[in-house]
Amino acid sequence: MGMIHLTPWDLALAALLVLLLALMSWRLHLGVERRILIAAARSTVQLMLVGLVLKVLFAQTSLPLIGLMAMVMLSAAGFEVMQRQKRRYRGIWGYGIGAFSMFLSSFTVTVLALNLVIGVEPWYQPQYLIPLLGMLLGNTMNGVAIALENLTRQAWESRGRIEARLLAGGTWEQAIGDIRRDALRSGLIPIVNAMGSAGLVSLPGMMTGQILAGSPPLEAAKYQLLIMFLISGGTGLGSVAAVWLGSRRLFDERQRLRLDRLRTV
Amino acid sequence: MASLRLSGLRHRLLEPVELSLESGELAFVSGPSGSGKSLLLRAIADLDPHEGEAWIGDQARSSMPAPVWRRRVGFLPAESFWWADRVGEHLPPAEPALKDWLERLGFGPETLDWSIARLSTGERQRLSLVRLLAQRPEVLLLDEPTANLDPNNRDRVESLIEGYRQDASASLLWVSHDPDQRRRLDGRSLLIRDGRLEPESWA
Repeated sequence: MGMIHLTPWDLALAALLVLLLALMSWRLHLGVERRILIAAARSTVQLMLVGLVLKVLFAQTSLPLIGLMAMVMLSAAGFEVMQRQKRRYRGIWGYGIGAFSMFLSSFTVTVLALNLVIGVEPWYQPQYLIPLLGMLLGNTMNGVAIALENLTRQAWESRGRIEARLLAGGTWEQAIGDIRRDALRSGLIPIVNAMGSAGLVSLPGMMTGQILAGSPPLEAAKYQLLIMFLISGGTGLGSVAAVWLGSRRLFDERQRLRLDRLRTV
Repeated sequence: MASLRLSGLRHRLLEPVELSLESGELAFVSGPSGSGKSLLLRAIADLDPHEGEAWIGDQARSSMPAPVWRRRVGFLPAESFWWADRVGEHLPPAEPALKDWLERLGFGPETLDWSIARLSTGERQRLSLVRLLAQRPEVLLLDEPTANLDPNNRDRVESLIEGYRQDASASLLWVSHDPDQRRRLDGRSLLIRDGRLEPESWA
Protein backbone atom coordinates (compact mmCIF):
# COMPACT_ATOMS: atom_id res chain seq x y z
CA MET A 1 0.00 0.00 0.00
CA GLY A 2 1.52 3.31 -1.04
CA MET A 3 1.31 6.64 0.61
CA ILE A 4 -1.35 9.07 -0.55
CA HIS A 5 0.18 12.50 -0.96
CA LEU A 6 -1.83 15.43 0.36
CA THR A 7 -2.18 18.38 -2.00
CA PRO A 8 -2.46 21.98 -0.76
CA TRP A 9 -6.07 21.76 -1.92
CA ASP A 10 -6.73 18.86 0.49
CA LEU A 11 -5.33 20.86 3.39
CA ALA A 12 -7.30 23.93 2.40
CA LEU A 13 -10.48 21.89 2.60
CA ALA A 14 -9.59 20.79 6.14
CA ALA A 15 -8.70 24.37 7.03
CA LEU A 16 -12.25 25.35 6.12
CA LEU A 17 -13.30 23.57 9.31
CA VAL A 18 -11.11 25.89 11.35
CA LEU A 19 -12.61 28.89 9.57
CA LEU A 20 -16.04 27.53 10.39
CA LEU A 21 -15.04 27.23 14.04
CA ALA A 22 -13.82 30.83 14.07
CA LEU A 23 -17.08 31.93 12.48
CA MET A 24 -19.00 30.07 15.14
CA SER A 25 -16.96 31.69 17.89
CA TRP A 26 -17.75 35.09 16.41
CA ARG A 27 -21.50 34.37 16.09
CA LEU A 28 -21.75 32.95 19.63
CA HIS A 29 -19.65 35.76 21.13
CA LEU A 30 -17.10 33.31 22.50
CA GLY A 31 -14.38 35.85 21.86
CA VAL A 32 -11.74 33.33 20.85
CA GLU A 33 -11.94 33.66 17.05
CA ARG A 34 -8.74 35.68 16.84
CA ARG A 35 -6.87 33.17 18.96
CA ILE A 36 -8.19 30.25 16.90
CA LEU A 37 -7.02 31.83 13.65
CA ILE A 38 -3.64 32.85 15.03
CA ALA A 39 -3.06 29.40 16.50
CA ALA A 40 -4.01 27.76 13.21
CA ALA A 41 -1.71 30.07 11.29
CA ARG A 42 1.11 29.45 13.76
CA SER A 43 0.82 25.70 13.51
CA THR A 44 0.79 25.91 9.71
CA VAL A 45 3.94 27.99 9.57
CA GLN A 46 5.73 26.08 12.34
CA LEU A 47 4.99 22.63 10.97
CA MET A 48 5.90 23.60 7.40
CA LEU A 49 9.17 25.11 8.59
CA VAL A 50 9.99 22.06 10.68
CA GLY A 51 9.17 19.88 7.68
CA LEU A 52 11.65 21.88 5.61
CA VAL A 53 14.31 21.84 8.32
CA LEU A 54 13.93 18.10 8.80
CA LYS A 55 14.19 17.57 5.05
CA VAL A 56 17.55 19.33 5.04
CA LEU A 57 18.60 17.54 8.23
CA PHE A 58 17.65 14.10 6.98
CA ALA A 59 19.66 14.62 3.83
CA GLN A 60 22.91 15.19 5.76
CA THR A 61 23.12 13.19 9.00
CA SER A 62 25.46 15.78 10.45
CA LEU A 63 25.86 15.45 14.23
CA PRO A 64 26.42 19.18 14.94
CA LEU A 65 23.29 20.17 13.04
CA ILE A 66 21.23 17.49 14.75
CA GLY A 67 22.60 18.59 18.12
CA LEU A 68 21.61 22.16 17.33
CA MET A 69 18.10 21.08 16.44
CA ALA A 70 17.85 19.04 19.66
CA MET A 71 18.96 22.06 21.68
CA VAL A 72 16.37 24.28 20.03
CA MET A 73 13.68 21.73 20.88
CA LEU A 74 14.90 21.46 24.47
CA SER A 75 15.01 25.19 25.06
CA ALA A 76 11.51 25.60 23.66
CA ALA A 77 10.27 22.86 25.99
CA GLY A 78 12.06 24.47 28.94
CA PHE A 79 10.42 27.77 28.14
CA GLU A 80 7.02 26.13 27.89
CA VAL A 81 7.42 24.47 31.29
CA MET A 82 8.34 27.81 32.84
CA GLN A 83 5.40 29.55 31.16
CA ARG A 84 2.99 27.10 32.70
CA GLN A 85 4.11 27.76 36.28
CA LYS A 86 2.02 30.11 38.36
CA ARG A 87 4.78 30.38 40.96
CA ARG A 88 8.23 30.34 39.43
CA TYR A 89 11.59 29.96 41.04
CA ARG A 90 13.51 33.21 40.97
CA GLY A 91 16.56 33.57 38.80
CA ILE A 92 18.02 30.90 36.56
CA TRP A 93 16.17 28.20 38.54
CA GLY A 94 12.81 29.13 37.06
CA TYR A 95 14.05 27.94 33.69
CA GLY A 96 16.82 25.64 34.78
CA ILE A 97 15.00 23.08 36.94
CA GLY A 98 12.52 22.19 34.20
CA ALA A 99 15.00 22.30 31.33
CA PHE A 100 17.65 20.31 33.15
CA SER A 101 15.28 17.54 34.22
CA MET A 102 13.93 17.25 30.69
CA PHE A 103 17.42 17.18 29.29
CA LEU A 104 18.37 14.44 31.72
CA SER A 105 15.37 12.24 31.03
CA SER A 106 14.52 12.78 27.36
CA PHE A 107 18.09 12.69 26.08
CA THR A 108 19.07 9.62 28.08
CA VAL A 109 15.99 7.67 27.11
CA THR A 110 16.32 8.68 23.44
CA VAL A 111 19.97 7.72 23.24
CA LEU A 112 19.29 4.43 25.03
CA ALA A 113 16.39 3.61 22.72
CA LEU A 114 18.35 4.43 19.57
CA ASN A 115 21.34 2.34 20.59
CA LEU A 116 19.79 -0.60 22.39
CA VAL A 117 16.25 -0.96 21.07
CA ILE A 118 16.07 0.33 17.53
CA GLY A 119 19.74 -0.13 16.76
CA VAL A 120 20.13 2.23 13.83
CA GLU A 121 23.53 2.98 12.29
CA PRO A 122 24.75 5.61 13.13
CA TRP A 123 22.66 6.02 16.25
CA TYR A 124 22.02 9.70 15.57
CA GLN A 125 20.27 9.12 12.27
CA PRO A 126 17.94 12.14 12.29
CA GLN A 127 14.97 10.32 10.80
CA TYR A 128 14.75 8.35 14.05
CA LEU A 129 16.34 10.68 16.55
CA ILE A 130 14.35 13.85 15.96
CA PRO A 131 10.81 12.40 16.05
CA LEU A 132 11.67 10.21 19.02
CA LEU A 133 13.17 13.09 20.94
CA GLY A 134 10.20 15.27 20.04
CA MET A 135 7.71 12.74 21.35
CA LEU A 136 9.69 12.31 24.54
CA LEU A 137 10.22 16.01 25.13
CA GLY A 138 6.58 16.81 24.49
CA ASN A 139 5.33 14.28 27.00
CA THR A 140 8.05 14.77 29.59
CA MET A 141 7.27 18.45 29.37
CA ASN A 142 3.70 17.78 30.47
CA GLY A 143 4.74 15.60 33.37
CA VAL A 144 7.44 17.99 34.56
CA ALA A 145 5.20 21.05 34.27
CA ILE A 146 2.35 19.43 36.21
CA ALA A 147 4.63 18.01 38.90
CA LEU A 148 6.47 21.31 39.46
CA GLU A 149 3.26 23.33 39.51
CA ASN A 150 1.86 20.93 42.09
CA LEU A 151 4.99 21.08 44.22
CA THR A 152 5.20 24.86 44.39
CA ARG A 153 1.46 25.36 44.87
CA GLN A 154 1.27 22.91 47.75
CA ALA A 155 4.43 24.21 49.39
CA TRP A 156 3.01 27.72 49.18
CA GLU A 157 -0.29 26.68 50.72
CA SER A 158 1.18 24.41 53.39
CA ARG A 159 3.81 26.69 54.83
CA GLY A 160 2.50 26.27 58.39
CA ARG A 161 2.43 22.50 58.15
CA ILE A 162 5.91 22.29 56.67
CA GLU A 163 7.35 24.60 59.32
CA ALA A 164 5.57 22.65 62.06
CA ARG A 165 7.49 19.56 60.98
CA LEU A 166 10.75 21.50 60.87
CA LEU A 167 10.07 22.82 64.37
CA ALA A 168 9.43 19.29 65.59
CA GLY A 169 13.03 18.56 64.63
CA GLY A 170 12.29 17.09 61.21
CA THR A 171 14.68 17.37 58.28
CA TRP A 172 13.66 19.22 55.13
CA GLU A 173 13.01 15.91 53.42
CA GLN A 174 10.62 14.79 56.14
CA ALA A 175 8.94 18.18 56.12
CA ILE A 176 8.21 18.17 52.38
CA GLY A 177 7.95 14.38 51.94
CA ASP A 178 4.22 13.95 51.45
CA ILE A 179 3.96 17.02 49.23
CA ARG A 180 6.79 15.68 47.12
CA ARG A 181 5.10 12.30 46.71
CA ASP A 182 1.85 14.00 45.78
CA ALA A 183 3.50 16.22 43.18
CA LEU A 184 5.27 13.26 41.63
CA ARG A 185 2.08 11.24 41.46
CA SER A 186 0.27 14.08 39.70
CA GLY A 187 3.04 14.28 37.11
CA LEU A 188 2.77 10.57 36.32
CA ILE A 189 -1.02 10.33 36.08
CA PRO A 190 -1.41 11.59 32.48
CA ILE A 191 0.93 9.01 30.97
CA VAL A 192 -0.49 6.19 33.11
CA ASN A 193 -3.98 7.13 31.97
CA ALA A 194 -2.83 7.34 28.36
CA MET A 195 -1.33 3.84 28.57
CA GLY A 196 -4.48 2.48 30.17
CA SER A 197 -6.84 3.80 27.54
CA ALA A 198 -4.61 3.45 24.48
CA GLY A 199 -6.35 1.66 21.65
CA LEU A 200 -9.68 1.41 23.41
CA VAL A 201 -10.73 5.02 23.37
CA SER A 202 -8.44 6.55 20.83
CA LEU A 203 -5.68 5.50 18.54
CA PRO A 204 -2.60 7.42 19.68
CA GLY A 205 -1.49 10.17 17.33
CA MET A 206 1.71 8.58 16.16
CA MET A 207 0.09 5.29 15.34
CA THR A 208 -2.68 7.05 13.47
CA GLY A 209 -0.13 8.99 11.47
CA GLN A 210 1.78 5.85 10.57
CA ILE A 211 -1.34 4.00 9.50
CA LEU A 212 -2.51 6.94 7.41
CA ALA A 213 0.92 7.11 5.82
CA GLY A 214 0.57 3.46 4.77
CA SER A 215 2.31 1.32 7.43
CA PRO A 216 0.82 -2.07 8.36
CA PRO A 217 -1.29 -1.57 11.52
CA LEU A 218 0.57 -4.17 13.56
CA GLU A 219 3.93 -2.52 12.83
CA ALA A 220 2.43 0.84 13.78
CA ALA A 221 1.11 -0.67 17.00
CA LYS A 222 4.53 -2.02 17.90
CA TYR A 223 6.15 1.35 17.35
CA GLN A 224 3.44 3.01 19.38
CA LEU A 225 4.09 0.59 22.24
CA LEU A 226 7.77 1.30 22.13
CA ILE A 227 7.09 5.02 22.23
CA MET A 228 4.67 4.70 25.12
CA PHE A 229 7.11 2.71 27.20
CA LEU A 230 9.88 5.16 26.46
CA ILE A 231 7.60 8.07 27.26
CA SER A 232 6.53 6.66 30.59
CA GLY A 233 10.15 6.00 31.53
CA GLY A 234 11.16 9.48 30.41
CA THR A 235 8.27 11.21 32.11
CA GLY A 236 8.93 9.35 35.34
CA LEU A 237 12.63 10.15 35.31
CA GLY A 238 12.01 13.78 34.38
CA SER A 239 9.37 14.30 37.06
CA VAL A 240 11.54 12.71 39.73
CA ALA A 241 14.47 14.94 38.80
CA ALA A 242 12.33 18.09 38.65
CA VAL A 243 10.57 17.42 41.95
CA TRP A 244 13.83 16.55 43.69
CA LEU A 245 15.64 19.66 42.44
CA GLY A 246 12.59 21.84 43.00
CA SER A 247 11.99 20.69 46.56
CA ARG A 248 15.68 20.99 47.41
CA ARG A 249 15.64 24.55 46.17
CA LEU A 250 12.74 25.38 48.51
CA PHE A 251 15.07 24.91 51.48
CA ASP A 252 18.42 26.49 52.28
CA GLU A 253 21.52 25.15 54.00
CA ARG A 254 19.94 25.66 57.45
CA GLN A 255 16.88 23.72 56.30
CA ARG A 256 14.59 26.73 56.36
CA LEU A 257 11.58 26.84 54.08
CA ARG A 258 12.40 29.60 51.59
CA LEU A 259 9.17 30.57 49.85
CA ASP A 260 10.84 33.87 49.01
CA ARG A 261 12.67 31.93 46.31
CA LEU A 262 9.37 31.73 44.45
CA ARG A 263 7.61 34.60 42.76
CA THR A 264 4.01 34.71 41.71
CA VAL A 265 3.25 35.68 38.13
CA MET B 1 20.97 22.00 81.96
CA ALA B 2 21.47 24.48 79.21
CA SER B 3 20.83 28.18 79.06
CA LEU B 4 20.06 30.38 76.08
CA ARG B 5 22.29 33.17 74.84
CA LEU B 6 21.75 35.45 71.85
CA SER B 7 24.39 37.67 70.34
CA GLY B 8 23.89 40.19 67.56
CA LEU B 9 20.68 38.47 66.58
CA ARG B 10 18.60 40.71 64.34
CA HIS B 11 15.83 40.65 61.80
CA ARG B 12 14.39 43.36 59.60
CA LEU B 13 12.39 45.05 62.41
CA LEU B 14 14.84 44.64 65.21
CA GLU B 15 18.20 46.08 66.25
CA PRO B 16 20.78 43.44 67.20
CA VAL B 17 19.68 41.63 70.35
CA GLU B 18 22.02 40.68 73.18
CA LEU B 19 20.24 38.43 75.61
CA SER B 20 21.18 35.79 78.08
CA LEU B 21 18.82 33.49 79.99
CA GLU B 22 19.96 31.26 82.84
CA SER B 23 18.77 27.70 82.83
CA GLY B 24 15.34 27.61 84.42
CA GLU B 25 14.91 31.35 83.91
CA LEU B 26 11.67 32.85 82.59
CA ALA B 27 11.53 36.04 80.54
CA PHE B 28 8.46 37.65 79.05
CA VAL B 29 8.54 39.62 75.82
CA SER B 30 5.82 42.16 75.08
CA GLY B 31 5.36 45.01 72.67
CA PRO B 32 2.77 46.36 70.24
CA SER B 33 1.58 44.01 67.54
CA GLY B 34 3.77 44.20 64.48
CA SER B 35 6.80 45.12 66.56
CA GLY B 36 8.55 41.87 65.65
CA LYS B 37 8.05 39.63 68.68
CA SER B 38 7.09 36.59 66.63
CA LEU B 39 9.86 37.34 64.14
CA LEU B 40 12.33 37.33 67.01
CA LEU B 41 11.19 33.86 68.10
CA ARG B 42 11.26 32.66 64.47
CA ALA B 43 14.80 33.97 64.15
CA ILE B 44 15.93 32.19 67.32
CA ALA B 45 14.35 28.97 66.03
CA ASP B 46 16.25 29.58 62.76
CA LEU B 47 13.15 29.62 60.53
CA ASP B 48 14.02 32.78 58.61
CA PRO B 49 17.31 34.05 57.21
CA HIS B 50 18.83 36.55 59.61
CA GLU B 51 22.07 37.67 61.18
CA GLY B 52 23.54 36.78 64.53
CA GLU B 53 24.35 33.76 66.60
CA ALA B 54 22.67 31.84 69.39
CA TRP B 55 24.02 29.40 71.96
CA ILE B 56 22.49 26.73 74.09
CA GLY B 57 24.85 26.30 77.01
CA ASP B 58 28.24 26.59 75.32
CA GLN B 59 27.16 25.06 72.00
CA ALA B 60 26.70 27.47 69.12
CA ARG B 61 23.69 27.09 66.90
CA SER B 62 25.87 27.11 63.79
CA SER B 63 27.80 24.13 65.13
CA MET B 64 24.81 21.81 65.04
CA PRO B 65 22.38 20.75 62.30
CA ALA B 66 19.25 22.89 62.23
CA PRO B 67 16.87 20.00 63.10
CA VAL B 68 18.86 19.27 66.27
CA TRP B 69 18.76 22.94 67.28
CA ARG B 70 15.01 23.15 66.67
CA ARG B 71 14.38 20.05 68.75
CA ARG B 72 16.38 21.42 71.68
CA VAL B 73 15.10 24.98 71.37
CA GLY B 74 11.39 24.32 71.05
CA PHE B 75 9.24 27.01 69.43
CA LEU B 76 5.47 27.12 69.90
CA PRO B 77 4.00 29.40 67.20
CA ALA B 78 0.83 31.34 67.91
CA GLU B 79 -1.07 29.29 65.36
CA SER B 80 -0.61 25.55 65.55
CA PHE B 81 -0.31 23.36 62.48
CA TRP B 82 -0.61 19.59 62.20
CA TRP B 83 0.62 17.31 59.48
CA ALA B 84 -1.06 13.93 60.11
CA ASP B 85 -4.73 13.02 60.58
CA ARG B 86 -4.87 12.04 64.24
CA VAL B 87 -3.52 13.63 67.41
CA GLY B 88 -1.62 10.50 68.43
CA GLU B 89 0.40 10.41 65.21
CA HIS B 90 2.13 13.62 66.27
CA LEU B 91 3.21 12.38 69.68
CA PRO B 92 5.86 9.83 70.66
CA PRO B 93 3.95 7.01 72.43
CA ALA B 94 7.02 6.16 74.49
CA GLU B 95 7.04 9.53 76.31
CA PRO B 96 6.37 8.57 79.96
CA ALA B 97 4.86 11.92 80.95
CA LEU B 98 2.45 12.04 78.02
CA LYS B 99 -0.59 10.79 79.91
CA ASP B 100 0.07 13.14 82.81
CA TRP B 101 0.50 16.18 80.55
CA LEU B 102 -2.72 15.44 78.69
CA GLU B 103 -4.56 14.98 81.97
CA ARG B 104 -3.29 18.25 83.39
CA LEU B 105 -4.70 20.05 80.34
CA GLY B 106 -8.04 18.27 80.71
CA PHE B 107 -7.60 15.58 78.05
CA GLY B 108 -8.21 11.86 78.52
CA PRO B 109 -6.13 9.11 76.88
CA GLU B 110 -8.80 8.76 74.15
CA THR B 111 -7.66 12.18 72.87
CA LEU B 112 -4.87 10.42 70.98
CA ASP B 113 -7.44 8.94 68.59
CA TRP B 114 -9.11 12.26 67.90
CA SER B 115 -9.07 13.61 64.38
CA ILE B 116 -7.17 16.88 63.99
CA ALA B 117 -9.84 18.33 61.73
CA ARG B 118 -12.39 18.21 64.54
CA LEU B 119 -10.32 19.99 67.20
CA SER B 120 -11.32 23.49 68.27
CA THR B 121 -8.76 26.30 68.16
CA GLY B 122 -8.26 26.11 71.91
CA GLU B 123 -7.83 22.34 71.84
CA ARG B 124 -5.27 22.64 69.09
CA GLN B 125 -3.37 25.24 71.03
CA ARG B 126 -3.25 23.14 74.18
CA LEU B 127 -2.37 19.94 72.35
CA SER B 128 0.39 21.66 70.42
CA LEU B 129 1.97 22.48 73.78
CA VAL B 130 1.95 18.78 74.65
CA ARG B 131 3.49 18.07 71.25
CA LEU B 132 6.24 20.59 71.97
CA LEU B 133 6.99 19.27 75.47
CA ALA B 134 7.16 15.73 74.06
CA GLN B 135 10.29 16.68 72.13
CA ARG B 136 11.86 17.50 75.53
CA PRO B 137 13.20 20.96 74.64
CA GLU B 138 15.83 22.56 76.85
CA VAL B 139 14.70 26.05 75.87
CA LEU B 140 11.09 27.04 75.18
CA LEU B 141 10.03 29.87 72.89
CA LEU B 142 6.33 30.46 73.43
CA ASP B 143 4.25 32.78 71.24
CA GLU B 144 1.14 33.65 73.24
CA PRO B 145 0.39 30.09 74.31
CA THR B 146 -2.76 31.12 76.21
CA ALA B 147 -4.21 33.62 73.72
CA ASN B 148 -7.37 31.71 72.79
CA LEU B 149 -8.09 30.06 76.12
CA ASP B 150 -10.70 30.60 78.83
CA PRO B 151 -9.34 31.43 82.33
CA ASN B 152 -9.65 27.83 83.48
CA ASN B 153 -7.62 26.43 80.61
CA ARG B 154 -5.22 29.34 80.76
CA ASP B 155 -4.40 28.40 84.36
CA ARG B 156 -3.91 24.78 83.38
CA VAL B 157 -1.49 25.76 80.59
CA GLU B 158 0.41 28.15 82.84
CA SER B 159 0.81 25.52 85.53
CA LEU B 160 1.93 22.87 83.07
CA ILE B 161 4.55 25.19 81.57
CA GLU B 162 5.73 26.24 85.02
CA GLY B 163 5.96 22.61 86.08
CA TYR B 164 8.04 21.71 83.03
CA ARG B 165 10.32 24.70 83.54
CA GLN B 166 11.09 23.62 87.08
CA ASP B 167 11.43 19.88 86.36
CA ALA B 168 13.62 20.31 83.29
CA SER B 169 15.15 23.62 84.39
CA ALA B 170 14.33 24.89 80.93
CA SER B 171 14.85 28.52 79.95
CA LEU B 172 11.70 30.21 78.72
CA LEU B 173 11.13 33.14 76.38
CA TRP B 174 7.41 33.87 76.49
CA VAL B 175 5.57 36.39 74.32
CA SER B 176 2.58 37.62 76.29
CA HIS B 177 0.22 40.58 75.98
CA ASP B 178 -1.33 40.03 79.38
CA PRO B 179 0.22 42.18 82.18
CA ASP B 180 -1.55 40.06 84.80
CA GLN B 181 0.05 36.95 83.42
CA ARG B 182 3.46 38.58 83.52
CA ARG B 183 2.90 39.53 87.16
CA ARG B 184 1.36 36.20 88.10
CA LEU B 185 4.30 34.18 86.87
CA ASP B 186 7.49 35.49 88.30
CA GLY B 187 9.86 36.36 85.51
CA ARG B 188 11.87 39.06 83.82
CA SER B 189 9.93 41.40 81.58
CA LEU B 190 11.32 42.56 78.27
CA LEU B 191 9.75 45.00 75.89
CA ILE B 192 10.26 45.67 72.21
CA ARG B 193 10.11 49.40 71.68
CA ASP B 194 11.23 51.23 68.51
CA GLY B 195 12.92 48.12 67.24
CA ARG B 196 14.91 47.54 70.42
CA LEU B 197 14.55 44.81 73.00
CA GLU B 198 14.88 46.39 76.44
CA PRO B 199 13.93 45.63 80.06
CA GLU B 200 10.42 46.77 80.89
CA SER B 201 10.21 49.30 83.69
CA TRP B 202 7.22 49.04 85.96
CA ALA B 203 5.54 52.40 86.23
